[in-house]
Amino acid sequence: MALLDYFLRKKEKQVTTASKAKERLQIIVAHERNNRNKQPDYLPQLTEDILNVLRKYIHVSDKSLSVNLDKKDGDLNVLELNIELHDENNAS
Amino acid sequence: MENTRSMARIIVVTSGKGGVGKTTSSAAIGIGLALKGHKVVLIDFDIGLRNLDLIMGCERRVVYDFVNVINGEATLNQALIKDKRVSSLSVLPASQTRDKDALNKENVGKVLEELGKTFDYILCDSPAGIEAGAMMALYYADEAIVTTNPEVSSVRDSDRILGMLSSRSRRAELGLDPIKEHLLLTRYSPKRVEEGEMLSVEDVKDILAIPLLGVIPESEAVLKASNAGEPVILDTESDAGKAYQDVIDRLLGETVDFRFLVAEKKGILSRIFGG
Repeated sequence: MALLDYFLRKKEKQVTTASKAKERLQIIVAHERNNRNKQPDYLPQLTEDILNVLRKYIHVSDKSLSVNLDKKDGDLNVLELNIELHDENNAS
Repeated sequence: MENTRSMARIIVVTSGKGGVGKTTSSAAIGIGLALKGHKVVLIDFDIGLRNLDLIMGCERRVVYDFVNVINGEATLNQALIKDKRVSSLSVLPASQTRDKDALNKENVGKVLEELGKTFDYILCDSPAGIEAGAMMALYYADEAIVTTNPEVSSVRDSDRILGMLSSRSRRAELGLDPIKEHLLLTRYSPKRVEEGEMLSVEDVKDILAIPLLGVIPESEAVLKASNAGEPVILDTESDAGKAYQDVIDRLLGETVDFRFLVAEKKGILSRIFGG
């Protein structure tokens, strides 16, 4: 029987369970990573609005503001604003 | 704090999923590093479910534990168990009965800082899961050995732990260099991989995308080792023992070829007659 199996196995190049496992894992892991790094949908608009407010008072470029929402321990979320000011701004 | 911290390498052995070989690996790697002449302390972070002591064969020598030290009921020196085989290795056992909220960032940090004055390597054997105990074990880590079986649930859980390492650790919170991640693939069966029944090393590397530290073959030696309380790396004739030895060399910066990745070839007779 083993001899028969040996020759038969050569022929059938079917999808192995290992390749199914890999495919399923790639999909679910990519999906879960996406959720992990996901920033809320409102963040780009929020960034734009804050920039507009800032521009009423000082000169800032688009790149001088970064906005991040971080999940800390438990239920704590931290909204982090980082505004980079250049010397010319301080002068005015 | 940053400056007073010693140069000890803090390594967490973690996985997310239970039963994949964290404690077996911690014990083997602890012994292996100590045999190379390094001062090593192995900490069992599995508060309430102590097991590292059994795998290390020192269960009858436990007097005080990690939580006793945290609560000030014992000094570190009283709680540390010096290994009888390798004198540069000590074990800090987990408590068996106390509640798991005993540990927090502050008191664990103090214990690690104290240990860092004496030891070169601090190996933290993490509990399974992603609860407080596992978070404590990884919080102070400089490096992480992500123990994974070539099996869907283990790989997925390992990926979740990788997410925790990069967001919930001290290094992440302080914006320091990220934790150095290592993949340790355990219970690997080359034969089943060749038959298409098991994820291959390459498959798991593709999915998790972290550097490979070692591949430990599925081996009868592992159960024998835990039966005897003699970490499997001491079984120098066994395939698993040799594979862990390679892990040690790689941790110490050497480049070592991976062994035990292909099944032993069957003879022509067994091919024809089966078995």
